[in-house]
Amino acid sequence: MMNKPFIGLLALTAVLITTNGIALVQAKDITIDQQNKTFLLNDEKVEAITVNQGDTIHFMNKDPWFHNIFSLSDLKTFDLGSYPKGVSRPVIFDKKGTVEIECAIHPNMFLEVTVK
Amino acid sequence: MRIPKNNQLTPERIELGKALFFDPRLSDTNQMSCATCHNPSLYWTDGLNKAIGKKSEQLNRATPTIVNVGHSRRLFWDGRARTLEEQASGPIKSSIEMNQDIQALIEELKAIPGYVELFNKAYPGEGITEKTIGKGLASFERTVVSAYNSPFDRWIAGDDNALSAAAKRGFKLFDGKARCSICHQGQNLTDDSFHNIGLNNGDNIGRYEFVKVNVMKGAFKTPTLREIARTAPYMHNGEYQTLEEVIEHYVKGGVNKSNLSQDMKAVKLSQQEKTDLRDFLKTLSEPSNPITVPILPN
Repeated sequence: MMNKPFIGLLALTAVLITTNGIALVQAKDITIDQQNKTFLLNDEKVEAITVNQGDTIHFMNKDPWFHNIFSLSDLKTFDLGSYPKGVSRPVIFDKKGTVEIECAIHPNMFLEVTVK
Repeated sequence: MRIPKNNQLTPERIELGKALFFDPRLSDTNQMSCATCHNPSLYWTDGLNKAIGKKSEQLNRATPTIVNVGHSRRLFWDGRARTLEEQASGPIKSSIEMNQDIQALIEELKAIPGYVELFNKAYPGEGITEKTIGKGLASFERTVVSAYNSPFDRWIAGDDNALSAAAKRGFKLFDGKARCSICHQGQNLTDDSFHNIGLNNGDNIGRYEFVKVNVMKGAFKTPTLREIARTAPYMHNGEYQTLEEVIEHYVKGGVNKSNLSQDMKAVKLSQQEKTDLRDFLKTLSEPSNPITVPILPN
């Protein structure tokens, strides 16, 4: 069973109400750490998360070696390149669907992002 | 150890896989078995710079040892197989290796009563198929494991006399200044990952063939260092004959620096430090544990 926390916790989400009553959810910034060749959310191993359309995930390397986060998913293809400890690189999830993310160097690292 | 739910280890599956592993009838000429290249007398490799395939033709990569391969999540130097079950039939079917038509092999095995019995006992009701051949071979390969009783293991377990002073200094270098443990880590001294370490790859693009991410151009899987002193030559292309040459490679930070992994950096080691490092690597060899070769079914 995969750990699948829902990031859009109401308490953390700023909801803007426009003059015509439409609620707009403000995009959030989420940090996913890479530590011990594992994706971590709030220090817990994470293999799947759900975010809202427009949210940004910052992939932060906390390991003493390089990581290279990428996705070849149809919904979103990206290659963040290799970067060292202490550096994070952002990805904006601008379309709804599912994105599978890995580290090219360390293929055991896997994260599924569902964009709502 | 990674064992799929549908292929739990049983003595019957291991027995079947062992017979298949040593059986030259798994090749088109009936001359080449898995053990031809993964030879237990040579610590499950072949001692050659590059493997020899069909009609004695040289392949472009070296044979890796299969010691502890059951722990690996990606198989082959380029990681193209995700399970041992999937990997096992690769070299059998490869036109440059065992070159065996798999359907013809299935018919051949079905005609051997001893194999019909072995398959029935190992995989009741599943028959003789490419899948059960792969599952049997994978089961046997999962038994090719270290006993973890090398001098290094004994030292880690608390026997201070198990390593020489030089080897202890070598381990400190290995885990520090020489930067080896960035990739060679954990019990099997591998991160099971892919790096371009600056070898003369020629047009061999490695992992990039299957993962189109730039960092993978010229990247190959980190091999285990278990039994490393006994499994020369070294690297995916058999480029180096000795541990001394390997250490020199890392001292230089690689030779072909095109698309080099950013974890590769030149390191300054004195002659004494290089010798210490080599002495440490030699402590990863275990006492010999000969195996019994099976009598093949007829």
